[in-house]
Amino acid sequence: MPDELSFDDRIAHVRARALWVRRRAFRMVYEARQGHPGGDMSATDILAALYFDVMRYDPANPRDPGRDRFIMSKGHCTGALYSTLAAAGFFPEEELCSYMQPLSRLNGHPNCTKLPGVETNTGPLGHGVPVAVGLAIAGQIDKADYRVFVLTGDGELQEGSIWEAAMTAGHRKLANLTLIVDRNTLQQGARTEETVGLEPLADKWRAFGWDVAECDGHDLAALLPLLDRSAPRERPRAIIARTVKGKGVSFMEDQASWHHGVPNTAQFEQAMRELVA
Amino acid sequence: MSAAATQTGLFDCRDAYVATLETLAAADNRIVAVVNDSVGSSKLGKFRETFSERLVNVGIAEQNMVGVGAGLANGGKIPFVSGAACFITARALEQIKTDIGYSDANVKLCGISSGVAYGELGPTHHSIEDIAWLRAMGNITILVPSDPWETEQAIRAAAANEGPVFIRISRMGVPALERPADARFEIGKAEVLRAGGDAAIIANGTMVCRALEAAKALAADGMAARVVNMASMAPLDEAAVLAAAETGAIVTVEEGVVRGGLGGAIAEIVAQHTPCKMKMLGFPGFLPTGSAEFLMAHYGLTADNIAASVRGLLGR
Repeated sequence: MPDELSFDDRIAHVRARALWVRRRAFRMVYEARQGHPGGDMSATDILAALYFDVMRYDPANPRDPGRDRFIMSKGHCTGALYSTLAAAGFFPEEELCSYMQPLSRLNGHPNCTKLPGVETNTGPLGHGVPVAVGLAIAGQIDKADYRVFVLTGDGELQEGSIWEAAMTAGHRKLANLTLIVDRNTLQQGARTEETVGLEPLADKWRAFGWDVAECDGHDLAALLPLLDRSAPRERPRAIIARTVKGKGVSFMEDQASWHHGVPNTAQFEQAMRELVA
Repeated sequence: MSAAATQTGLFDCRDAYVATLETLAAADNRIVAVVNDSVGSSKLGKFRETFSERLVNVGIAEQNMVGVGAGLANGGKIPFVSGAACFITARALEQIKTDIGYSDANVKLCGISSGVAYGELGPTHHSIEDIAWLRAMGNITILVPSDPWETEQAIRAAAANEGPVFIRISRMGVPALERPADARFEIGKAEVLRAGGDAAIIANGTMVCRALEAAKALAADGMAARVVNMASMAPLDEAAVLAAAETGAIVTVEEGVVRGGLGGAIAEIVAQHTPCKMKMLGFPGFLPTGSAEFLMAHYGLTADNIAASVRGLLGR
């Protein structure tokens, strides 16, 4: 991201990209007749902040050893992930039309052996954080200046492997690691707090040795400074981003049924009318 | 260690593993070790002293250990993820599938004390299903070395070849096998340790020395049994299997379950291309209490029973 832009300009730039990603992801789910649109919409602003402001990468050289790494631990939200990666230049935007089509590189869950920009395969929950921790350890051993970002769902935090990795990261003071929780409070069937409660979530991360911040996960003015890759740190950072499942589409917002709901034509047209700013 | 060296006594292959890893690590700073509180059982104490920054102990957390291995590989390291074979495979199987196999990560999984080495500790601590589980994934190289020399070669090959590898490293005492001075280890290639055209014994790991002993006994009775060391379980040397099938009789011997293991793998090839008589020696499933030696004897994984199995197939 060019440094010469003002903070407001940076926000406007990310917001415009986020809008494009939301619209594109929603269309992908509509056309493929499957997907996870609720989580796509809640994660979009976080993805856009990372790829269109915060992270250092070169889509023409996706395996550059010095790149910042992003791991989508909530691997089911590929509508948002693929739209973001295409907008970032990792593969042609036209390819998004092949989402979940036979032999497409755009599987329902990401495949790093096929698609540039994907760092590791996810889909089963609880996998991304240990891999991010391993990457952060590699960076620590090499005294490298790349940063590692990992996005988890909130329901995903019920997986034990997350906390194994959280313990390792806290113990090793992995200051190059930032984890963002997409805290939309809904898992596929119900509220997280009705299923197996996560609160007090910030205290949990603190107890594992992490530096914790909380913010509105759709407020770019709050997100960007928390994600700042150059700010000095002593510990891994967990950002609990309070989000809305289905954000931006009125009939989807905060509805568990849209975890993997598929819009009909009228709903698609309504969403396209609503997703304009 | 020279391939030609003939040594007496028995060896713990973990010693060859750590000596090789230390040598490789001294020459290549990408080599790291990842352990689950298993520094002692993996014999990595000296590695930790010498390369303290490159020994990553994640504690008793196998799912995390395997994921951390994948992350280290993404960061340009060559991680040797070492833990008791029973835990590294069974406990972290989905991580092996998703983070290592499906992601094609350059991670070397070292299953320490594989098979029934932990005999009396029971089926929770036996690792006899590991080969069947990992072989099903298709892209994981699986190596089951038979002695210290082959363990060293397997570790070197794993480090040199990009991609996921699983290596069984036994703690059972095994002799150093006699090999010609120009013996070479190659992933995907079987090693014929003894020629013979009447029958073939295909074995790997701790069973190879027993197969050789059986072949000697058979030779004394006028039967020439070929001994094929199938240390490279995956990829498998199909040509060597088909050549073995030409003898008309194959006995497979493994320190593991036959279903999906070495016996199963050989049968898949033989049945489709050159059907022949087969006898598969291995374990049936969850095992009763007993030492490793007891269990092997109880299930016929002995030179005597291997020889008897060959005789049975040949009707002699």
